[in-house]
Amino acid sequence: MWLYEKKLQYPAKVGRANLQMAKFLITQYGGADGELAASMRYLTQRYTMPVPQGKGTLTDIGTEELAHLEIIATLVYKLMDGASVDEIKRAGLGAYYADHDKALYFVNGEGVPWTAAYIQSKGDPVTDLHEDMAAEEKARSTYEWLINLSDDPDLNDTLRFLREREIVHFQRFGETLQIVQNYLDCKKVY
Amino acid sequence: MDREQLALLKEVMALDFKALELQLYLDTHPNDQRALRDHNLACQEAKAAKENYQRCYGPFMPCEATGFPWQWISDPWPWEICYE
Repeated sequence: MWLYEKKLQYPAKVGRANLQMAKFLITQYGGADGELAASMRYLTQRYTMPVPQGKGTLTDIGTEELAHLEIIATLVYKLMDGASVDEIKRAGLGAYYADHDKALYFVNGEGVPWTAAYIQSKGDPVTDLHEDMAAEEKARSTYEWLINLSDDPDLNDTLRFLREREIVHFQRFGETLQIVQNYLDCKKVY
Repeated sequence: MDREQLALLKEVMALDFKALELQLYLDTHPNDQRALRDHNLACQEAKAAKENYQRCYGPFMPCEATGFPWQWISDPWPWEICYE
């Protein structure tokens, strides 16, 4: 089960409303390398992890990604706050507005809706953990490109926090992979 | 949200984060005694900070006993707060 705590993991700060950045940032909400994909990937892969370290790591990182999803949602919500329809049109968000107004929806930066095809669950823990490590690196790159696109120091502070979490998760998944490989080696009978 | 409430909220967020970071580390290092001590202490500190905040500003979770009327739904929700 899951419980909700009425607080963010890290302050989601936005210096000023910025529709262009909202359009870019939403890819971390519903894009292939975004937080929804990360959370769903880890939480569904955990059932076939053979060691407790793997079950724990996937459960806890999958849960932390939900907290990151909430931070991204908060940032997008704030970046769009107070925008007029004219401003939305000028920022290239007219099609988004037609479908969702200023509501949050799981799409990437080009408006493509989220799909389970972004993630895999292979049943082989070595394969799955390699995917997870790659996923963390892809998310780290995305945060770096978003920071390059943004000139808002408050927004960048929050994006830097999220980028650093990808690095820590990559480290933890690498350790989990090593533990799983040791476990599988011990199980082999010659 | 006034500055005092925001400062207490940020303290809770920071202490919970410290506990989480140690939790993830312990998931792959379950035999690290020092990290385990740090984790247990961080959890205690976070719990105390939460109790302090909740006495004045309402619950983080609905299972906390609250004053009348039902405080769980009170604004602001986390996405409505200015964290500056």
